Amino acid sequence: MTSTAHQPWAGATTVQPVLSAKGVTKQFSVAGGHFTAVDDVTVDFHQGKVLAVVGESGSGKSTLARMLLRLLPVTSGQIIYEGRDVTHIRGTELRKYWQDVQAVFQDPFASFNQFFTVGHMFKRSLRLAGQGVDTDELIARCLGYVGLKPDEALPKYPHQMSGGQRQRVMVARALMMNPKVLLADEATSMLDASLRVSVLNVLQDLRRDLGLTVLFITHDIGQACYLADEVIVMEHGLVVERGETDKVIFEPQHEYTKRLLSDVPDLKGSLKHRV
Amino acid sequence: MTALTAAPPELLMRATNLNAAYSADGTRDVPAVDAVSLEVPRGQILGLAGESGCGKSTLGNTLAMIANPPLYVLSGTLEIAGLTIDLSTLDKGADARHRPHRGQIVSMLPQGAMNSISPTLRIRDLVCDVVRAHDRSKSRSDALDLARDRLTMLGMPVRVLDQYAHQLSGGMRQRMVTVISTLLNPQLLIADEPTSALDVSSQKALIEMLIHMVDEKIMGGAIFITHDLPVLSMVTDQLAIMYAGRIVETGPTAELVHSARHPYTSALLAAVLDPTRETRTKTVEGIPGSPPNLANPPTGCRFHPRCPFAMEVCARQDPPLVGEGIHSASCWWAKDHPHETVPLQGVSL
Amino acid sequence: MTGIIPTDALEPRGNEELPHEVAGTDVGTQFTADGSPAAGSAPDSGPTAPKKRRRSGLNVSPRFWVAIVLVAFVMLLAFVGPFVYPYGPNAAAGGLYDPPSAHHWLGTDNFGHDVLGVLIAGSRNSLFNGLLAGVIATTIGVFIGILAGYVGGWLEEALMGITNVVLAIPALIVLILISVSVQNSNISFMKGIVGLALVIGITSWPWTARAVRAQASSVATREHIDIAKLSGARLPSIMALDVFPYLASYIVMAFVLQVASAILAEASLSMLGLGPQGTNSLGIQLHWALAFQAMGSGAWWAFFPPTIILTLVSFALLLLQSSLDEVFNPRLRRGKKKAVKAAAARRAAAARRLASQPVPERATS
Repeated sequence: MTSTAHQPWAGATTVQPVLSAKGVTKQFSVAGGHFTAVDDVTVDFHQGKVLAVVGESGSGKSTLARMLLRLLPVTSGQIIYEGRDVTHIRGTELRKYWQDVQAVFQDPFASFNQFFTVGHMFKRSLRLAGQGVDTDELIARCLGYVGLKPDEALPKYPHQMSGGQRQRVMVARALMMNPKVLLADEATSMLDASLRVSVLNVLQDLRRDLGLTVLFITHDIGQACYLADEVIVMEHGLVVERGETDKVIFEPQHEYTKRLLSDVPDLKGSLKHRV
Repeated sequence: MTALTAAPPELLMRATNLNAAYSADGTRDVPAVDAVSLEVPRGQILGLAGESGCGKSTLGNTLAMIANPPLYVLSGTLEIAGLTIDLSTLDKGADARHRPHRGQIVSMLPQGAMNSISPTLRIRDLVCDVVRAHDRSKSRSDALDLARDRLTMLGMPVRVLDQYAHQLSGGMRQRMVTVISTLLNPQLLIADEPTSALDVSSQKALIEMLIHMVDEKIMGGAIFITHDLPVLSMVTDQLAIMYAGRIVETGPTAELVHSARHPYTSALLAAVLDPTRETRTKTVEGIPGSPPNLANPPTGCRFHPRCPFAMEVCARQDPPLVGEGIHSASCWWAKDHPHETVPLQGVSL
Repeated sequence: MTGIIPTDALEPRGNEELPHEVAGTDVGTQFTADGSPAAGSAPDSGPTAPKKRRRSGLNVSPRFWVAIVLVAFVMLLAFVGPFVYPYGPNAAAGGLYDPPSAHHWLGTDNFGHDVLGVLIAGSRNSLFNGLLAGVIATTIGVFIGILAGYVGGWLEEALMGITNVVLAIPALIVLILISVSVQNSNISFMKGIVGLALVIGITSWPWTARAVRAQASSVATREHIDIAKLSGARLPSIMALDVFPYLASYIVMAFVLQVASAILAEASLSMLGLGPQGTNSLGIQLHWALAFQAMGSGAWWAFFPPTIILTLVSFALLLLQSSLDEVFNPRLRRGKKKAVKAAAARRAAAARRLASQPVPERATS
């Protein structure tokens, strides 16, 4: 399939965004002052779109994700979900928010409680989400999305699976909660290239089939290029460039974006000029 | 080819018939490196690529003579710097005399080395420790002079010697570790995933430094281990692709990247996502299935259960080594299709 | 006293999960902790699989067995002794300091009670005291430690503030004050060994709390906690299911140390005469031996046996604690000697076979 820049909903920027950050700032206190990890960032996520946040380590992209997930308190600014301010919600309300906004993290091993089987983890998640009916069917369907079979995956402990299987199980877990927004925080960077494209394809399909909104955080411009509709480039906590993927990657305006692009190792080009 | 003949002059290193296995609980051996032979010409960088778990780090440890239990080297000869070393008997008997060579003839830069520097040491202390561990006759100031000269030569700031590891950025730390591990001018540097934790800009700086070092003859040559093919294509002269403990294809980098002869190489290349307009519009399929369990690998060609070109013979018999010049692949398909490149669309749709 | 727990014994000894990850990075994501290839092990991977794995790989050092044998010996003496040995602790069996004889294996004490009979009853009470105090201290310590380490923020500051205050008060003095007032109180069950165990338990938890807090706050940064939160898990569920299992091996080791220190604390208090009245324990036995000049009158049998049992118990428990490290931390585990030898022979054979094999020649195309 082709890039979704050409999909029907691509132009729907006028509708209300599903999730947005308004002037979000995060400061950490460090010895001798404050360190601003995310500086006055405003982003909108639109239904059924993939938005990639690209930046090097220390650019604040993961901090932004954790604030959007409400796993980290904001220093200032607002997080708006479906028109409602969710910046300071707690308790039951927050758990309800977490049903709609799910995440997949970088390290598929650390994301597992190693004492639980996959089945146990799924059942616990579903019980907590209060979904009592047809759980087996739901689990089977979500594992199906990521190309796994329930009878093979469910009895396994995390250490009995490969890295790619673990990450796909984590994607299935997130989908099981029936989220409207999925945040993938470097979810594919620890995977081998071939597994990486399988996971990216899964996200692509879900966006197409279920209208899932995806926030894809990565340091790899190649992956953003493959998957995203829109790209945001972050440097030192600031958004330095944003726009449609084609615009940002093929006609970069900001110096930082240009440098990032020129430093990407190219398969067909070589630095070796010796005879 | 016997282990007794000396390496031809143009070769820096030749490793023959390496076999290594893990034996963690003493009840079962898991072969991780299976009948691997490798050559590195002088002044060149060899890239070793493959998915995680294919045995590439194990191979690196074996060549660096730092295989420790539960990893055991079953067989293998390393010819380097006029020496012929039997890697399987390194720790016992007559060949124990070669043990001091590790670190000096072959220097290993292990995975995550940059994160294992003690935070209480300054870089210059690390320099002294490393140099004096190998050469007691060198004084502290000798070691520091050596490091200063080396940094100046590579165009790096000398002041980092006075800093602590945590004061340096990840990229600078990795470059410093690389410089320190080559201070004694090893014949061969083996770098295991040196760029994987770095940002693209730091990756590029490290790659440029490595090439510079080989050009300046700081080391005779290098083996660069990573799963990242674009990085390898930037830095290496030759590539060796590893799958399930075996080398499936070797050849000059440019040739291998443009005309792969093994379906696995081709699939790896197809999965690379470059930020190009082509990437925007194509759909890449990953390799179906997962790598085999090395305790119980498939018969014949180990890639056959995942290979779109698999034939009946692939499951039955070990594939032949097919090739012309220094480009060769172990593959039945390549034998039936001489001089042909694996059609990429066969694996990527 | 409570302070006998060496702080370094509670330092993190490496992470249990690491070996999985290390093994997972190369050769085989299919490696389990003890290195046995576990791919396709789905059939035996029921909910008990990790335990099974652990037990089958239990290649522990002789240290562990020495510790187990010593602990078992004292247990046997304390709990089976009363049914085998004819003399109870309170029966007037002989005169003042009768030397050991065929009737009274360890002689008699100042009251004319049989020393071995008293020793058996005393060991039982001392062990019971140690276990009860250990359970109390570990429970409080683990709860406070996990709460502080996981929740963090002002709660952590507050809880650790309290912990440090309790830690800073000289434990012996507090113990003496509390136990004296308890023994003089009107609550009858508090006067016995149970009361003393409660007092020791509620004064010795800070070490455990501090050690557990450090571990819990490192577990709290793991991503699986975030995943549990995103799944909607509440605080108690996360503490019990997502934090506690990661600390379990560690807590068992801390518990063993608490038991040892509680036994010694009881002995010290009782020997000073501040322990429970009208009962037996190893410390009380020593107290009477001191009070009635056993040493001066050469009645070594009155004070040597309890001293030896005390030494044995605390030595065994400390040994057990350090060897448990090996059980829980697969990286420290060694292979069975026989298996290792067999594997070496097998490898040698494989090496010979490989050496005789010709190097594969290249086919031309």
